[in-house]
Parts: sequence; structure tokens; C-alpha cells
Amino acid sequence: MQPATRTETLLGGGGALSDTGEAITRAHREEWARVVAGLARRFGDLDLAEEMAAEAFAVAAARWPVEGVPPNPGAWLTLTAQRKAIDHLRREATRRDRHEEAIMLREEPEPAGTIEDDRLRLIFTCCHPALSMEARVALTLRLVGGLTVPEIARAFFVEEAAMGKRITRAKAKIKTANIPYRVPDASDLPKRLDGVLAVLYLTFNEGYLASGGETAPVRGELTSEAIRLTRLLHGLMPDEGEAIGLLALMLLTEARRAARVTAQGRLVPLDRQDRSLWDRGLIEEGHRLLRERLASGEAPGRYQLLAAINAVHTSARQFQDTDWSQIVALYDQLVRVDPSPVVRLNRAVAVAEVDGPQVGLAEVEKLPLQRHHLFHAARAEMLTRLGRHREAKAAYERAIALARNEAQRSYLESRLGQLAE
Amino acid sequence: MTTYLLSVIDHETNSATGDEMEAIDAFNDKLKANGQWVFAGGLAAPETATVVDGRGEEPMILDGPFVETKEYVAGFWVINAPDLDAALRLALEGSRACNRRLELRPFLGVAEP
Repeated sequence: MQPATRTETLLGGGGALSDTGEAITRAHREEWARVVAGLARRFGDLDLAEEMAAEAFAVAAARWPVEGVPPNPGAWLTLTAQRKAIDHLRREATRRDRHEEAIMLREEPEPAGTIEDDRLRLIFTCCHPALSMEARVALTLRLVGGLTVPEIARAFFVEEAAMGKRITRAKAKIKTANIPYRVPDASDLPKRLDGVLAVLYLTFNEGYLASGGETAPVRGELTSEAIRLTRLLHGLMPDEGEAIGLLALMLLTEARRAARVTAQGRLVPLDRQDRSLWDRGLIEEGHRLLRERLASGEAPGRYQLLAAINAVHTSARQFQDTDWSQIVALYDQLVRVDPSPVVRLNRAVAVAEVDGPQVGLAEVEKLPLQRHHLFHAARAEMLTRLGRHREAKAAYERAIALARNEAQRSYLESRLGQLAE
Repeated sequence: MTTYLLSVIDHETNSATGDEMEAIDAFNDKLKANGQWVFAGGLAAPETATVVDGRGEEPMILDGPFVETKEYVAGFWVINAPDLDAALRLALEGSRACNRRLELRPFLGVAEP
């Protein structure tokens, strides 16, 4: 779709127009979702909303450098996009009959007593469970995040045409199957919110634990986009504990990014990271969010517990200062919420720090994770510490064979090398 | 309002138990009472199907379904619902009632009766 490419070009900005360029970039970051969401409600058509929003930004790119940046860029963009949409529908209407024009232009009656931010409706529609996970992620990044189709395609190592098709197909399903444009009822909300959080967490992890073979080990554009969208969701639903938890989890993970990978692209484990490289600002924000949430007294969900575990790690000046019994206690809580083997594996690693590698190893070996590289890596570490080097070597080799990205593989190879010395 | 086809997925036909039939009847009554009922029925086995092709000069009549699968559409409902969320709720209820998986699919349009 052409407008998408245009938006991308104008985001390049720069040169003598850098001030205007910056204003457009900022407006794009701050207003895109609002413009799309407002149009989608007014015209009941996501495709049209996306196209006309992109057109409005293209008009801004042409006119703002000449006429100056309007005092309220968001309102200007919304108005411009709405006019474009109406023009477009009028042109279409000359080809269709009036009946259809009436349908396209009808306004959804506002449900009485509720004022919903259109962006929240947009998020829930993009993350609808009737869409595939891949489609939800792509649609959310395009319609809420404002990423272009080529950007999303690059982020997921998919051909541009294929990604375009994926998004088009999802929009067509929303329209044909009549997926509603609204925030779910209170009875459906917890489950549906879980679905939204899963989309955001998957996007973050895709950036943080890049799964492609030949890719940079951490892709900041995806992690920061996931954080931006989670901030938006948190802003729209400030009382949702799990949205707070997910945001805190992302911030506390992102804070360690610079220390997590060497210049050569090798993964640095927590115990060897240069903690002076950690981003104190993000850590403080993550801790503050969790503290405030804790004050609510409500039982924490999965993301809040994961964030709390990360808060313990990021509170330690050095690895040796880590409060492992606190971490084991948090994992105990997490196992009750999510008893999956991967959670129990992480718990076993913490147990090894408190009760020694023998106890940790016994816990690990109970888990049905033989096909998971983390299982073999954890076993290898514990076997090494127990002096069982031959078994450790075999476990590292198995972990290397199963590892999903280059940074992990390269780290495991270096551990295996150290074992041989 | 959108019209949806709920297809009952099964590997045999006419296999509902007495309890299932009772639950299906109750579900049908509810659909009718809410004005969401369009049509419903159970289908005979795929072996009873005949494929015809009238496009050529010579009409073709072939025994059997157009594609053989282990599971197939054993019955269906056609319902009206305000949107997919409402249709999904009904589909889940229908699935519980007939104790089978359902496929939910929107109509592009519906001819006037």
C-alpha cells in the first residue's frame, strides 16, 4: 500500500527541515494511533482508517515545512484525515448506490454511560482472539504502533508482500466476520486483556530474544515499540495490575540491554554483566511502578511476579548481592499462577543459588524439557559446579544444538571451551 | 447484524445421544426466542453426496463428496448475531449443546427470502 511507504520516507526527516521533520516524527509517534482509532470508529472501516491516516501524514509532510507546524498537530491530522476519508467515500459513492453510502457513513451510537478511548477499542480489535497470533502482532504494530509494512516485515523476517497480505487478510476478516470495534464487556475483559498483554510481550521478546538465525541478538526497535505500546495501554487502563506488571517487566529487562550482549554479539549472562551499563532511569521507573502496584494489596499476576523477580535482580549492586531466597519465594508464587516447566526450570536455577547445585540439579532433572536448550544449559552449569565435567560437556553440546539464536550459541560455546581448559 | 454459518464437525452422522438432542433442542428454542434462528439441520453421511457439473455441454454426475476427509460437516446452524463476539458466545453454547466442535463462518451476504 503506497501511503505506508510515504510515511516511512517522511519519517526519515532531516536536513534543513529537521525541526519540521522532528515535529512530524513526534506527531506520528504520539498521534498515529489516535487518528487511526478515531477514523475507525467514525467510518467503521479499518482499511480506510489506516489509508487516510497515512494520507494525512503525507499531507503534513508536504505542508508543514511550508506553512509551519500547526498549534495542535493531533487535531490538524485528525481533521485532515477525516476530510480525506469523506472525499474518498464521496468519490466511491458516485460509483456505488446511495444505500451503501448511507451504510458507510453511519455513526455507531455511543454506549450510554461509558467513555472509551478509541485507541483502546483499536487495541482490543487488533488483538481479537479470532485472529491468529501472527496477525494480531502485525496488525497491532501497523494500526496502533504506526510501523510501516516494510518495517514489520523486516522485524519478523517475512517478505514484504507476505506481511502486507497477512495484514490485509486480518483486516478483511475483521470486516467480514464483523469483529466488533469496542472494549470487551467486564465479563470478557480479564481474558481479553491477557490476550493483549500476550501480543505486547511476544513483540518485546521477539526483539529481546531475536529468534532468527542471522540476526542481531537484540533488536531495539521492537523492544522500544513494545514498551511504547505497553505504556499506552497502561495509560488507558491505569488500574490494571498486569498492564503495570508487564510494563515494569519490560523496563527492567530493557534496562540491562547494553550489558547483555558484547560488541561481538555474544550473550553476557547476568552474573558477568557490567552493571554500570544498566540504565538506572529505567530501573527506577520499573521499581516505582511495582512499589505503587504493591500498595494496592491485590494478589499479583504473572507479569507482576516476573517483574518483581527482575526488580530483585536489578536491586543488587553486584551479582553476589542478589537476594536469592527472595527470588525463590517469588518463583514459588509464580509456579502457583503458571506451573509450566519453563517457570519451574527458572525456579530450579534460583534454588541452586540458595541450596546448592545438587538440589538445583535434582529439580531440573524432573522437568520434561529435553527439547529445550535452556534445560540443557541449566543442567550443564550445575554439573560444572559439581565437578562432573564429562556430563557437563555433553549437556553443553546438546544445548548448543538446540539454541535458537547466534548470541546464545556463541555464549554456550565459550562455556564449553572454558570447561575443556 | 451478520449472518453466520455454524458447521458441526464430526466423523460420523446422526450420532447425537438423547441427552445431546435434548440440549440441542433447548439451544434451538433459545435461538428462536431471541430472533437469531435462521435455519438448522443435520446432514446425511458424505457417501450419500453426489457431485454434479453442469458447466460443460455434457452434464457430469459423480458419486461421492467433492473432497474426502476424515472429518466433515455433519450438520449446521445459520444464525443472526450483532457481531462476532455475540456469535462466538452462541457458537460456544452450541458446541456445548451438541458436544461437538463447531466452525463459525460469516456469510458475505444473504439473499432475501
